Amino acid sequence: MATNIQALPGKKKGFWSIVASQRELILMSVPLMLYKILFSYVPIVGWTMAFQNYKPAIRSIWKQKWVGFDNFVKLFTGVNGARFIRDIVNTMGQSILTLVLGYIFAIVLALLMNEMKNGPFKRIVQNISYMPHFLSWIIVCGLVSTMLAVPSSGGIVNDILMRLHLIKEPIMFLAEPKYFWGIVAGSNLWKELGWNTIIYLAAMTAIDPSLYEAAVMDGASRWQKMWYITLPGIKSTIVVLLIMSTGQILEAGFEIQYFLGNGLVVDKSETIDIFVLTYGMRLGNYSLATVAGIFKSVVSITLVSLANFISGKLGEEKLI
Amino acid sequence: MDSVYSVNKTNKRLKSKNKLKSDGVVFNIVNNLIMIILCIIMLYPMLNTLAISFNDGLDTVRGGIYLWPRMFTLHNYRVVLHMDTIYNAFIISVVKTIVIVVTNLFFTSMLAYALSRKEYIFRKPITTIFVLTMYFNAGLIPNYMLIKNLGMINTFAVYWIPNIISAFNLIVIRTYIKTIPESLIESARMDGAREFRIFIQIVMPLIVPTLATIALFVAVGSWNSWFDTFLYNSGKQELSTLQYELQKLLASAMQAGQRTPAGGTGANAAAAAGASNTSTPQAVRAAITIVTAVPILLVYPFLQRYFITGLAIGSVKE
Repeated sequence: MATNIQALPGKKKGFWSIVASQRELILMSVPLMLYKILFSYVPIVGWTMAFQNYKPAIRSIWKQKWVGFDNFVKLFTGVNGARFIRDIVNTMGQSILTLVLGYIFAIVLALLMNEMKNGPFKRIVQNISYMPHFLSWIIVCGLVSTMLAVPSSGGIVNDILMRLHLIKEPIMFLAEPKYFWGIVAGSNLWKELGWNTIIYLAAMTAIDPSLYEAAVMDGASRWQKMWYITLPGIKSTIVVLLIMSTGQILEAGFEIQYFLGNGLVVDKSETIDIFVLTYGMRLGNYSLATVAGIFKSVVSITLVSLANFISGKLGEEKLI
Repeated sequence: MDSVYSVNKTNKRLKSKNKLKSDGVVFNIVNNLIMIILCIIMLYPMLNTLAISFNDGLDTVRGGIYLWPRMFTLHNYRVVLHMDTIYNAFIISVVKTIVIVVTNLFFTSMLAYALSRKEYIFRKPITTIFVLTMYFNAGLIPNYMLIKNLGMINTFAVYWIPNIISAFNLIVIRTYIKTIPESLIESARMDGAREFRIFIQIVMPLIVPTLATIALFVAVGSWNSWFDTFLYNSGKQELSTLQYELQKLLASAMQAGQRTPAGGTGANAAAAAGASNTSTPQAVRAAITIVTAVPILLVYPFLQRYFITGLAIGSVKE
């Protein structure tokens, strides 16, 4: 515990006199703490709904019928179970594909950008590559649906593929389940690629320039410098980011699945978040939606703790 | 890295530099080509939307609009500006963003100052309470129930009150405040300044660069958010935001698209747009997309310097 340094000289300064002397700091922070408890911790009381057959018509949360772990069983068995397990698979499939592609491309792009001469061209390229990050997902979804449409509706992707004679008929990308995970990963890649290079480029500036000098003396080629100096130089950044992202594995985003998912591709598009929204807000099954939410929270916290543990074992900085 | 090579030009090094140059020319050309392709991929969708927004709606339906409007018109924008819902949503989006940025920056940095004081007795427990919220979430339904029980459904308050502090920004600002020399704060205290005055008059001016970065992130987050409107305020048109209006248009377009894959076309679409027979939902959507995106796209290039250093600070833990 942080023993009070100021209190030490007097020795006898009690808890309340410290509180009194720090009343301004308390006034600046304790109300905000209470606010945070209200908005982030009090809702946990709602988790009791998971153990009830919750009926919104009965006002009090304590007068509901208690059903034990019935809802947990329901979530994983029968019709709901099949749907929920499918949604877990979709969530993880989409987020892992997004993460893997995002990583590889961001690292490669950062390496290439690092090789560019400093100047206006480099600045312009970087600025343009950050641009999509600032667009909202609503806008991005609109753009994606236009780009993937048939050529007559402005679908540039089909347009190019047909001109290259790779396909004869336009592909209905948004109506075929097999493309959906790829569309999610591709949209994320477009939006965040440039942004994700920032952290790697920052790590690269920290590499000792004398290493490159020595390599040049030894006649190292550009590729060799990238492979043997730059890449190892950002290794710890790559590892830390990779470990941190394990906590994100159940976060596949929400907007793409919500806007671009439709009846035709639902088998590949529906994720846990959509499941929660559908059961909770549309079907009014608060209990089942809450259980699904709890499942997600528990898995995420477990993964983050695990990642933290592994990170500590590897001698990297602890994340929490 | 080029400057590195120009240091200490010994003969030997010059030789290897020449060798490097020849093997560098091809590389540079290919590399720059990749960058140009990257820029085209990043820019094309928005430029295409821009062209469509300035093109005659019915003409767009014929296809073939890429980077330049074929039949230039301002009509789509005129339609958008005459839609009361859009005008109102624009105002709400602006006000909401300003309120969130101001309250969030003030409260987060005030708390960050208090939690940066080593002698502060509740420093540890309060920090823990905030940091933990970065890793768990009660979930959609419990949060919705709370907002409902607080009577904040269909109010402006729901936009900013749940958002006045973010744990991540708190850590970033606190880390930055810790770099301020203790002697500065100590001497102010000697002069009889109380904590709140030290925070306002001494700490605040010193953390402006960090605050600029965080203001950008918070502003972008607020401007781009639609879920709060969708979940809490969809029952009240006067409180609708620009993103939510765009979302509604997009959703109806997607539904239309499912029935006729080619998207809303011809007379139907023109009738749906209402105001005129040369504007289609597609063209109106393009114009609204531009209206929604432009404020942020105008601002971010000027703040680039700040957000890059800001990200660097953010990546330094505790």
